[in-house]
Amino acid sequence: MHDLLVLLSAFLASTVEMVEALTIVLAVGATRDWRSALLGAAVALVGLAAVVVVLGPLVTRIPLGSLRLVIGGLLLVFGLQWLRKAVLRAAGLKALHDEAAIYRTEAGRAAGADAGAGSVDWYSFTVAAKGVALEGLEVVFIVLTVGGAGHGLGLAAAGALAAAVVVGAVGVAVHAPLSRVPENTLKFAVGVMLTSFGMFWGGEGAGIRWPGGDAALPAVVAVVAVVAVGLVPLARSVARAETPA
Amino acid sequence: MTRVRAFLGFWYDFVVGDDWRVAVGVVAVLGITDLLTRHGADVWWLVPLVVLAALAASVLRVAVRSRDGTG
Repeated sequence: MHDLLVLLSAFLASTVEMVEALTIVLAVGATRDWRSALLGAAVALVGLAAVVVVLGPLVTRIPLGSLRLVIGGLLLVFGLQWLRKAVLRAAGLKALHDEAAIYRTEAGRAAGADAGAGSVDWYSFTVAAKGVALEGLEVVFIVLTVGGAGHGLGLAAAGALAAAVVVGAVGVAVHAPLSRVPENTLKFAVGVMLTSFGMFWGGEGAGIRWPGGDAALPAVVAVVAVVAVGLVPLARSVARAETPA
Repeated sequence: MTRVRAFLGFWYDFVVGDDWRVAVGVVAVLGITDLLTRHGADVWWLVPLVVLAALAASVLRVAVRSRDGTG
């Protein structure tokens, strides 16, 4: 169960970020130059993989107690950020991520930029590399923290890699931004899982003994999910209520 | 100096995000829990309670700002 949750959270988080990166690569590739956009994306992916290869073994060498307190705390802060935004989006208090609109904006910018000279279109290369690196950095952070604190670095990396393959394959097949992916639902689920993992491992690092040991993790996930889902209508009703006189 | 500030700003935004109070709450509750468990207290409920309260407070703050037209 523990391993499955690690794998699933890395897969879902990576899927969301890969969809966002894919939109940017598609926009510059279709508008300007596919080869340069794909080259930029590949360079960014190699850089991100290098970060995991270098930092992964370092993370696993830190003593488990300290690792869980620090990394669990980081994961908790990071997960709460995802969950907070997802709750606000679901309550209509924050704009939803619109891949089609982002695609149009990026494509418009790309079409208006200077052509430049040489065999590589540096605009396409840079925008694709930056997009993949920034979105991928969140994936790397999640893989290292979830994988490190949960002692499942290989599983988390496999989840992220599977997401890259799936999103990449669908992107090649569809050749359009994946606007039908329910991004906020995925972000909500990932926010719940990251917050729960952070709470569970951060708490263990702080000396907590959870009732039932590892079996408490699914219960923590369920409680976080119930509270987060319950916050959506509550926030909506507060926002729509009459201002007190 | 500007680059250092931009670098730190990026990481702050990356990890902490829009509401620093949530991050402060997390650090505080983990620190207090660590202190209490070192003295033998069984406080497994403290972290979930404080974290979920911090999340609710942060979300409802935005809702109130939206209602009052100040957000």
